[in-house]
Amino acid sequence: MLGLDRKDFRLMMFVVVLTLLAPFILNPFPEGSGLAQFNAGYPDLMQRFVIFGIFAIGFNILFGLTGYLSFGHAAFLGVGSYGAIWMMKLVTLNVIPAIIAGIIVAGIFAIAVGYISLRRSGIYFSILTLAFAQMSYALAYSVLTPLTGGETGLQIKPTDRPILSNLQDGEIGRANLFGMDMRQSFELNMGDWLFTFNAGYYIAAVVMLISFYVSIRIFRSPFGVMLRAVKSNQTRMYYTGLNARPYTLAAFVISGMYAGLAGGLLVAMDTQVGPERMFWTASGEVVLMTILGGAGTRIGPVLGAGAIKYMENILSKINKDILYEWFAFLPDGMTDFLVAIVYPFVGKGWHLTLGIIFMAVVIFLPGGLVEGGQRLARIFGRGKTKEADATQSTPAE
Amino acid sequence: MEAIILQILNGLDKGSAYALIALGLTLIFGTLGVVNFAHGALFMIGAFCAVTLSRILTLSREVIDESKTDFLGNPLKVDVPLVYDYFGEATGAAIINWSVPLAILFAIPIMMLIGVVMERGLIKHFYKRPHADQILVTFGLAIVLQEIIKYFYGANPIPTPAPDAFQGSFDFGAMLGFDPNLIIYPYWRIIYFTFAMFLVGAVFAFLQFTTFGMVVRAGMADRETVGLLGINIDKRFTIMFGLAAAVAGLAGVMYTPINSPNYHMGMDFLVISFVVVVVGGMGSLPGAVLAGFVLGILESFASMREVLEILPGLNQIIIYLVAIIILLTLPRGLMGKKGVMED
Repeated sequence: MLGLDRKDFRLMMFVVVLTLLAPFILNPFPEGSGLAQFNAGYPDLMQRFVIFGIFAIGFNILFGLTGYLSFGHAAFLGVGSYGAIWMMKLVTLNVIPAIIAGIIVAGIFAIAVGYISLRRSGIYFSILTLAFAQMSYALAYSVLTPLTGGETGLQIKPTDRPILSNLQDGEIGRANLFGMDMRQSFELNMGDWLFTFNAGYYIAAVVMLISFYVSIRIFRSPFGVMLRAVKSNQTRMYYTGLNARPYTLAAFVISGMYAGLAGGLLVAMDTQVGPERMFWTASGEVVLMTILGGAGTRIGPVLGAGAIKYMENILSKINKDILYEWFAFLPDGMTDFLVAIVYPFVGKGWHLTLGIIFMAVVIFLPGGLVEGGQRLARIFGRGKTKEADATQSTPAE
Repeated sequence: MEAIILQILNGLDKGSAYALIALGLTLIFGTLGVVNFAHGALFMIGAFCAVTLSRILTLSREVIDESKTDFLGNPLKVDVPLVYDYFGEATGAAIINWSVPLAILFAIPIMMLIGVVMERGLIKHFYKRPHADQILVTFGLAIVLQEIIKYFYGANPIPTPAPDAFQGSFDFGAMLGFDPNLIIYPYWRIIYFTFAMFLVGAVFAFLQFTTFGMVVRAGMADRETVGLLGINIDKRFTIMFGLAAAVAGLAGVMYTPINSPNYHMGMDFLVISFVVVVVGGMGSLPGAVLAGFVLGILESFASMREVLEILPGLNQIIIYLVAIIILLTLPRGLMGKKGVMED
C-alpha cells in the first residue's frame, strides 16, 4: 500500500499511530502525582520530539546509507531557520512559505558545501563539514549580524510588517497556518489526567510523517540501493563504471534539505533563531541521536531523537529535593547515600548519563536501540516484533 | 613592522598549544591507528591536575592567632597551609607560589596512568572497528570525562596564576631596537613556548635516538612484521598512548596561567586541533607541529586591526578557511604520507 511493502506499511502505520496519539502516550501519569514530572506530553517538548526526529531522519539518509559522517549538519538547520524567519518577517506569517524557504535555502547551501566536501571521504570529509559549520557559526555571530542578528539572533518584532499579512498597527505578528495560530491548544480533562492537543505539534507531526514516508521510499528505491553500494565498496562501484559522487551529493543535499525543513519548523513554532543553533555541539547532538537510535535503520533516528530530547528536558529537571522525596522511605543514612550516588547523573549532570549511555551503545550495541529491541525480541522468542522488522540491521560504518 | 612581530609572538603560544595537542593526536593515530576524540579532554584533565595540586598545597589547618583580634575582640583564626609545617614558612610560600610548574611532575604519572588505562580498558577493543566507531566512542568518553570534571570542580573557570617570578611582561621592542613598550610579551608565554619546543624536541628525540623509539617507528611503518619478529609491539604502543596523553596533559598544565581552566576547554581546543592534524597530514608528526604553529600565527595575524578593517570577521574563520583550501589543493595535507586514511 502507498508503494510500501507489508513490513514497511506496518512500520509506517505504527509510527502514524504513535505520533497522532502522542499526547496520550506521553502523559501516562496523572497530574499532581509524584511521577507527573516524567510526563512529556506538553506542546513544547512534543514539537521538539518530532522536529528533531525530522533532523535525525535526514541525517540518517546521509550517514546511515552512505556512511559519510558529517560533523557539521547543524549548519543546515541554522541556515534553514534564518531563511524561514526572514520569510516570516518580510513576506507572510503563514508558516508554509517560511518552511519552504527554509528547505530551499538549506538545499542551496548544501549543494555548495557538499560539492566541496564530498571531494574527500572518511575523516577528511568529517573535518571539512565541521569547518564549514564552524565558519557559518562564526560568521553568523559576527560579520553577518545585519542578516542574522548576531548574538541576540532574530525574532519577530512589533515593527515587522510582512507584506501579505494584514496586521493592525502595533500588533505583533504570530506564526499561523491560514489563520490557525501555532500556539492554539485544545485541552482535554479526563479525571486526573490533562491532555493537551496543540496545533503546532500536529502540523509538525504531519510534516514528520511525510518526511518519514519519503525516507522509507528512499531507503527502498534503486537510488537507496546505490547509496548503500557507496557505503559498502566505493572502489568496486568505480570499476563497474559508476561515478559515486552524484549519488552522494544527492544524498547530502536531500539530508541538508531535511535539516532545513527541521529548521523552518523550529522557527514556525517559536519564531526565533540564534547562531548557537549552528554550533558544533548541535551537530554532535544529531550524530548522537542517530547512533543512539540505530544508524541505517528506518525508525532508529526518530527513537534516538526522542530519547535524547526526553533526557534533556525531563532528566535535567530532577534536583536534590526531588531525589530526597523519592528515597525518603529508606533509613536516613541510606537516603543520603543514594542521593549522593544518583545526584551526579541527573539535573545539571544529565550529560554524564547521556555520555555513558552513548558509550555503552557504541560499545555493546552498534545497531543502537533498534538492535537492542531486536535482541530482546529474539531472547523472548516472540519472533518478529514491530521493532525487529524495523531493520535489516546495517550497523554504522 | 612592530605589529607584525607582535602578532607572530602572539600566535606562538596558541600555536604551541595546538601543536602539542596535535602531536599527541598524531602519535596515537600513527601508532594505534585510532582517531581519538577524547584528546581534548586529556588536555583539560592536565589543566585540572594543576588546579588539584594547587588545592592540595593550600590545604590548611586553622590556628588561633593571639596577637590579632577580629572586630568583635575575639582572637583571629588564621588558616595555615600544611606545607608551612613541613618546609617552614618561606619555602612553603614559595612551593605554593610555584604550584603550576610543580604540577608538571604531578601530572606526568597521572596522565600516563590515565592514558594506559584508557587504551587497555577501552580503545583496545576498537582497533578492528571502523574509524567512525572510534570517533564516536571517544566522543562519548570526552563527554563523560568533561562532565566528571564539571561535577567536582564546577562550571566556572578557576584562575591558576603563574609564579610571581614570571608575572609581568618582557619588552621585546627595546631589545630589538624599537621604541620601548611597543612590543611587550608576558614572561609566561615565553616560558610556554620554550616548554612546548622542549617537549616537541623531547618526543622527536625519544622516537629517533632510543631503541624503544626505533621499535615504535618500525611498528608504525609495518606493525605486522615487527610483531612477527617476536617483539611485543602492543605493549610499546600502549606506552606510546600513555606518552601522548602525558604530552596533552603537560600542554594543559602549562596553559592554565594563560587561560583559566574550565571544563569545556578541551572541546574548544579539540575541534581546532583536529583541523590542525588534518592540515598537517594524518599520521605525520612534523606536519602536526608545523601546522599547529602556522595556524596559530595565521589566526593572530587575522585578528590585527588593519586586516579586520578590510575583511571583517576573518579572525573567526581563518583556521577553517585555511583548512578547506589546503584539503582541496593538497589532499594529504601539508606533509601527509601516501596510504594513510585513503579509503
